[in-house]
This record gives sequence, structure tokens and C-alpha cells, in this order.
Amino acid sequence: MPASSKPLPFPPAERRDFLGLLAASTGAVGAAALAWPMLDSMNPAKDVLALASIEVDLSPMEVGQSITVKWRGKPVFIRYRSEEEIQQAERTDWQSLRDPQSDAERVKNSAFIVVVGICTHLGCVPLGQKDTSERGAYGGWFCPCHGSYYDGSGRARQGPAPKNLVVPPYDFIDDTTIRIG
Amino acid sequence: MMKRKPLFLYSLLCSLLWACVLAPSLSLAAEQATVAKQPWSFRGIFGSFDKASLRRGYEVYDQVCASCHSLRFLHYRDLETLGYSRAQIAALAARLEVEDGPNDEGEMFSRAALPSDRFVAPFANDEAARTANLGALPPDLSLIVAQLAGKGGADFIYALLTGYSEPPESFELTPGLSYNKVFKGNAIAMPAPLFEDMIAYSDGEKASVERMARDVAQFLAWASDPSLEQRKRIGLRVVIFLTLFFVVAFLYKRRVWARVR
Amino acid sequence: MSKNPPPLFRNPVVRWLDERLPLFSMLRKEYIDYPTPRNVNYFWSFGAIATLMLLLMIATGLMLAMQYTPHVDMAFSSVQRIMRDVNYGWLLRTIHMNGASMFFFAVYIHLYRGMYYGSYKKPRELLWILGVLIFLLMMATAFTGYVLPWGQMSYWAATVITNLFSAIPWIGEDIVQFLWGGFSVDNPTLNRFFVLHFLLPFVIVAVVVLHVAALHVPGSNNPDGIEVKSKRDTLPFHPYITSKDSLALIVFGIGYAVIVFYAPNYLNHPDNAIPANPLSTPEHIVPEWYFLPFYAILRAIPNKLLGVIALFGGVAILFFLPFLDRSKVRSCRYRPLYRWFLWLFVVDAVFLGWLGSKPAEEPYILWARLATAYYFGFFLVITPVLGIVERPRPLPVSISEPVLKTASRPRAS
Repeated sequence: MPASSKPLPFPPAERRDFLGLLAASTGAVGAAALAWPMLDSMNPAKDVLALASIEVDLSPMEVGQSITVKWRGKPVFIRYRSEEEIQQAERTDWQSLRDPQSDAERVKNSAFIVVVGICTHLGCVPLGQKDTSERGAYGGWFCPCHGSYYDGSGRARQGPAPKNLVVPPYDFIDDTTIRIG
Repeated sequence: MMKRKPLFLYSLLCSLLWACVLAPSLSLAAEQATVAKQPWSFRGIFGSFDKASLRRGYEVYDQVCASCHSLRFLHYRDLETLGYSRAQIAALAARLEVEDGPNDEGEMFSRAALPSDRFVAPFANDEAARTANLGALPPDLSLIVAQLAGKGGADFIYALLTGYSEPPESFELTPGLSYNKVFKGNAIAMPAPLFEDMIAYSDGEKASVERMARDVAQFLAWASDPSLEQRKRIGLRVVIFLTLFFVVAFLYKRRVWARVR
Repeated sequence: MSKNPPPLFRNPVVRWLDERLPLFSMLRKEYIDYPTPRNVNYFWSFGAIATLMLLLMIATGLMLAMQYTPHVDMAFSSVQRIMRDVNYGWLLRTIHMNGASMFFFAVYIHLYRGMYYGSYKKPRELLWILGVLIFLLMMATAFTGYVLPWGQMSYWAATVITNLFSAIPWIGEDIVQFLWGGFSVDNPTLNRFFVLHFLLPFVIVAVVVLHVAALHVPGSNNPDGIEVKSKRDTLPFHPYITSKDSLALIVFGIGYAVIVFYAPNYLNHPDNAIPANPLSTPEHIVPEWYFLPFYAILRAIPNKLLGVIALFGGVAILFFLPFLDRSKVRSCRYRPLYRWFLWLFVVDAVFLGWLGSKPAEEPYILWARLATAYYFGFFLVITPVLGIVERPRPLPVSISEPVLKTASRPRAS
């Protein structure tokens, strides 16, 4: 088409289809490839991941005692349960619970219950770690924010919490030491 | 015809501008003429570190340099890049103690270093380091190769470590300093650190001074620039991608502009 | 705008939005239909390149700011954490760090293109002044950003540049203390430089919007420097200029990528890998290359106050260029004398840059004085005088005329 006296129109659609689309999509791929490192930089960095596992020595704990350790910036509750508490947790009719789990599924060694101390409702830290604190009717933990009750196995029993307290990934590396994460 | 000239001059000027801009960094490199270029495996577009040499270099740092020089921007976990397993790294770290705390009683306590800890420094602070070294501060080595980039980087480290000798008779050496042919003024506070067979490499390589100097220089080059390999790998892909993009964009542009002429 | 009937958008959602807030018609008008002189060459692409550099700097800068700690005890190690631990942190930092150089490179060419083709002349004076303002803001942004890694060069750059203000009579010392927030460059200084470095790019964006708005009133200048006479002289911005700019951008991007991936520290001073030490100045301190010509001007003048005035005057004089050049002819294509003085000016500026990187000793000081004399002489004497005495070549009748006549000339590239 020769240059006319009118401003040049858009090239007709079918003529720019292939090359135009190819150029535009290559550009889009390039932009996406550039965007990825930027987004990924917001993911946990190596130094954060390196702290993602901690070791906890349980040997100084006594029966009935609870300790709180920090793992990935969150509280982890560890309770050395008494024989009575263990039996209570095991005898519960777990199939009827809102988040049905047996006590055996939630512990590695039935004497120690290890859970992330974050209420599954909206993320408050439940009470029950101190001997003097309110533990609620089920003898576990009680979240005062919106009134959720957990039993001695950390299972949600009453209130708005939809799920049991999360059991973090952990292992006994010897009889009295656990590695969380 | 007239229109082409400015374009040509433009490009000439641009290159001239760049040349002058880059000239200062070039002239710095020429300052120490005795620093010979070494055939490092990490040079060039496809260059990468020699992992075995890096591990030996770490052994040299660990057994020789670390008694005076810190490496404070490195963590033991970083050694995974060198090919050490997690268990090996945990064991390497556990040989050293770090202060942690306070504990439940409010006391600071010592514990074995973990892979997540920084390399444990030989001295608590710069003042302690100076006191222990007759007033001279052994520099931190985390970025030493980058800091010496103007003098040759890893080449300079190698030349320095192999550059010790008895001073020539005419040379007046200040007591407490050592003669080194590449160091500025030829007098350096660091005594010759490397001697034949002073360490036993775990891979059985003979620990000659040249071998150790080469290995530790490569190790320090890695410590300064740990992303080098990833950078070159991604860079190659980016340049290839952009070249293909250029071809596509060129064809598109030609198609579009074909209508103007 | 055009005589075409109004329904510009087929998509009903777009039409609905556009009838209420004409964002789409505005974008269409400014970035698709915008009539651009058909003879613009690749040097017109550097505006688009500079714009994209600004956006890239802001994007990478935002990511870096999420990881950086503006505290004298932690700044250096937080940068090391970015380089070593943050996912792709090394990539973002090298893009950002070298991006400053690439941004200045693009802007210098953009600026010189404006000078060569007389883009600053009536009716584009305000466009030019806004551009110089952007340049000034860029210098402030680059300087505050250079301080953030808190290496030796960062620290001493901050010290030397802020001390420039101590040359102001009577209140200089007070101003410097005000800038520092203390008695030396220290934590308050670093903290406020971080804030300024974060803020200024958005101010630049605002001025760039004004710059583009002021451009789109008279429209783009062109290599012939003559007015657009008819629609034959122009092409719609898209796809003609967009495809051309994309090509230039990719070539620029390849050069940029080579630096980022294969020579990330080439433009960097090795001493900045040493943490800041307020008790010891490096032997030979030099600013980044893009400040070197102005640094050479500063050092050429043996008087503190006059040196500082010359340094700032070297930038400020650009503001007055539209009023110093009285010639009615824009493009140097038709200014046989001025063209050579302008090229000599470029050589002079590059030479000053080279001198700026040299130690302050003879013969460099003498050379710097001569080069400084030409720098100011060019603006204050040569430009006004040539505007009167020079006999320009005859201008073409219209843009489309020479283009159509020389249709077979080689492609510009």
C-alpha cells in the first residue's frame, strides 16, 4: 500500500496476526520471567528456612508440666500428660468430634502432646499452659478470644474453632529430645 | 547521506563515552603489575567453581586462616553448596562454640554452633583482634575478593599467598612485618601463612603452598560471590531469550513499517 | 480528536467504564493514536527506555526495600543477606544497582538527543524544563540510594556531597547539620536517606506524567526539527512507534543483561564492599560515572564556594538552554556550525567525566579547567552567539517530503 494522504491505518487484522501475537506473547513471557524473581524474593529466605527446625530437650519436664517453645515464630505447646489425662484423651469418643482424630493419631509418645498453640479459629494463643490458667471443661486449652475449648489431646470440642490444634511435624531423636520441623 | 553521519557519530560517541566511563576501573587493575592471571575455572561465560578445590579451600581457611580471620557473612549451612552433607555440616559447626542466651535464669551460655549460625569469628571484636595481632587488624574475608577486585581479586590473593620471600638485601624491613612482593610497599603485617604440607587435605591431594593458595583463593572468590554460577546460568538464558525476542520484534517491526515506504 | 465515529471500544465493560471515566480513551489517545512524526529515528526511543527503566527501578527497589534495614549497624549485613539468602536477592540488587547506570545512560542520550534536534525550543520549553527537573531528581535519588549499602564509598559519598552545602556562607554549617541530623553522617542520616530514596522515585513518576502531558500538547519533535504540517507527516503511535521502541528496548536490554549477569560489579567501586568506617577515608574516592563530569567541574575550581556553585550551575544551566539559544532552527541537521560545537560539547563532557575519575593533581586540574571553561562557554557564549550569526541550511518544506523522496535510503539503526 503506498503512502496516501490519510494517516496510515492500522494494518488489517489478519496481516499482523501472527507476528504481532508472537511478539506480544514473547514480551509477556519475558515480563512474567522478570516478575517471578521479584515475587519469589518475598518467600522465606535461606536464613529463615535454616531456623525452621528446632530441638527441644524434654528431660527436665515433670509430669503435668507444660512448656511453650517458639518454632517458626509461633508458640508450640508441649505438655507432659499424667496417666489420667492420657486415659481421658484416649477414651474420648473421637468419631463424633467435629474434627475426628484419635489421640493415637496425634501423639508420637502418649506421655507428650505437642501442638501448635494457635487457635484454629482466628489465630489467638489459647490459655492452659500455666497450672493456674483456665483450661476449660475439657482439661486442655481454652481460647478466650472467641471461646473455643480444646481437650487434653488438643482437639476442638466446643466453640467456633473448626479444627483441632495443629500437630507440627516432629520426631523423637532420642527418648527425651524432639526435633520440631 | 547527510542523515547517516550523525548516526555514525552517535554510535562512535556512545562507545567513546563508555570507554571513558570504564577506563577508571581498568586503570586500577594495572596498578600491581606482578599479579599474574590464574586460569580460574570460574572465569568466562560458562565458568563455574571447582567444587573439590572449594572444599580444599575451606579446609585451608578452617585450619589456617580462621585462627585470625573471620568470615562473618557466611553461615555453616552455606557449605552445602560445596557438596558437604547436612550431617557433615552439623559436625563441622559443632566443633565451635557460640554464645547464646539468655536462658531461663537470665544467664548467657555457650552452646555448640549450629548449621544456621554464622562462621564463628576468632576474636570477639576488632579491638581484641588488633591486640592479639600487634595492632594490625586481620580483615574479614567474606568479601575480600570483591574488595580486591581492583587489584586482581582472586589472582591477588594467590599472588599474595605465594609472594612471600626473604627481603632483598637493600630492603629495610620494619620489625614485625614480612616481605611480600605484591603487597603495597612490600611489607605486610601478616606473616607467611602457608608452608608445604602444613595441613593434610582430606581428599589426599598434596598440600603444596601453590595448591593451598589456589584452593583458598577460589574458596574466597566463592565466599565473595556465591551466586556466580546461578547468575551465569540465568544470564545465558536471558541473553538467548532476548536475542530470540529481538528477531521476533525485528520481523514484526519490519512488517509494520513496510507499509510506510 | 479524529473524525472517526465515537464507538471506540467494542467491549461493553470497557465502554461502560470509559463513559464514566475516560481512562481508556485517554490511553488510546496518548499511546495508540498519538500522531508521531514519521521520520523520528531510534534516538527517540530513549524516552520510552528511560520510562521503563524508571518502572523497573521502582519495582526492584520495592522488593529490595522489603529486605533492607536502614540502620548503621545492620544496613551492610542486610545487603549481604539480600545477596546471599533472599531468593533471587542477588538478581534484584544487581538489576537495581546497574539499573541506575543504565537509567542515566538512557537519560543522557535522551537529553543529548533533545539538544541535537532542538527539542527544547518553542513550543517545548516547559517540556525541556520538566525534563531537567527529572534529571535533577534522578541525581538526588541516585545519590541517596548509593548511600544505603553503607559501604566505604557510600559513607564517604554521603559525607562529601552533604559537605558541599557547607560552602554556603553564614548558614552552611547549620544546613549540613540539618541534613545529617547530627554532627556527622550517622544513623539519622542513613534513615532519612532511605526515606528520601523511597519517596523521590514517586515524585519522578509525577514529573514524568507532567513531562509526557507537556509532550503531547505540541507533539514530538523530529530529526528535521520542523512542524508537522499534515497528517501525511505522522504515524499513529501504535503499532509504528511501539514496534520501533520495542526493538530499541530489546537491544538496550541485551546490553543491560550482559552487564547484570556477566559484569555485575564492573561499574561498582570495589571499596564499597568494605563496610563504612567513619575513621578512615579510602585513598581515592570517586563518584559513580554519571556524576563524574560534574565532579570534575567541582574540582577544577580552587575556591570552595565557587566550586560548589559551578557544580550546581553545571546542571542548572540546562534549565536556561531554551532561552539561551535564539536560533529559530531546531535541528542540527540544518545548523552547520552549531552542530560541530555541540559535538565538541559532548567530547568535552566525556572528557570531563574522564578527568573526574582521575586524582586531583596536574595536569588533570589544568585540563579540567579548560574543559569547564568550554562547558560553560558553550552555553553562555557559543549558543547565544551562534543563534544570531549562524546561517542555517534551507529547511525542507515538510516532513513527508524528504522522507518520500529518499524512500530508498538505508534504514536508520
